[in-house]
Amino acid sequence: MGLIQLGRPDKDGSPDVITTTVEKAVNWARKGSLWPMTFGLACCAIEMIAAVSSRYDMDRYGAGVFRASPRQSDLMIVAGTVCRRMAPVIRKIYDQMPEPKYVIAMGSCATSGNIYDSYSVVQGVDRFVPVDIYVPGCPPTPEALFDGILKLQERIMQKRVFVKQPDQVKASLKV
Amino acid sequence: MHQLAQRVQNTFPVGFVSSNEWRGDISVTVTREKVHEVAQFLHDDPGMDFDYIVHVSSVDWPDDEERFEVVWEFYAIRKRQRIRLKTRVPESDCIVDSLTDIWKGADFMEREVYDMMGIRFRNHPDLRRILMPDDYTEGYPLRKDFPLRGKGWRDTFDFLDEVPR
Repeated sequence: MGLIQLGRPDKDGSPDVITTTVEKAVNWARKGSLWPMTFGLACCAIEMIAAVSSRYDMDRYGAGVFRASPRQSDLMIVAGTVCRRMAPVIRKIYDQMPEPKYVIAMGSCATSGNIYDSYSVVQGVDRFVPVDIYVPGCPPTPEALFDGILKLQERIMQKRVFVKQPDQVKASLKV
Repeated sequence: MHQLAQRVQNTFPVGFVSSNEWRGDISVTVTREKVHEVAQFLHDDPGMDFDYIVHVSSVDWPDDEERFEVVWEFYAIRKRQRIRLKTRVPESDCIVDSLTDIWKGADFMEREVYDMMGIRFRNHPDLRRILMPDDYTEGYPLRKDFPLRGKGWRDTFDFLDEVPR
């Protein structure tokens, strides 16, 4: 967090005062309480479920409580093959999520369509929603998903909270 | 010839085309006009007793004169026997009798054949697309002359224009 420790140590030897920027404090709070939304579309969802369950326990990263409603979540993990007929639904759900919101494209299908170069499979979910993190694999292991979550947390820490930025991703998506 | 196929041939000497047995799978090919009659026989006859429809599918043979082949698979739960019924349909007149009045379960499967291959089913109660959206206009994706990547539908996201800025 880039904390500066000031003040007189108390009896244990630990400092009783920290200073930081508000931005970092806000980002720290955000990255530690991600609320993913259940959006399993195919076999990747099984690995996503495994990642949340007790053996791997995604809750350790503050992202363990999956919500069934987009209005209660800020992270969409698109796990699985996205068919064209599903695309407007994903977009609608993404639009219903409150800001700040993040998208992880989990697996080769959500990233690029994988081997399904066919008439009905969207060649990457980034064609209609802005994606923050791509997790490769077919399907990715829970560890790979964790790596994506940690990378997303690093990315959240770099966000500017109080400065309005031109949203280039959205501009490129015509929205 | 297997006795089931033999019985079909004896009962329908006119509509019977051919039969085939391969590794225990019996298939019977009949003419398009006789499909409903043969299916009714397979369902009602006590020796046949095919009370369960397993699958309806279709095959595209682009070089053949009668291009499409419709395939039904039936199973007799009590007698534990299977049979496959086939018929040929030309491209110019892509229609065959529906079997939904005999097996209710044929409904969705026939809709899928219609959706993917464009074969229509006479007397079907609700013949609409089932996998593709109702307003899909690119044709029938499982036909051999349909381009693998489609005709642009998978890459057009018209709903993006409706999202409020």
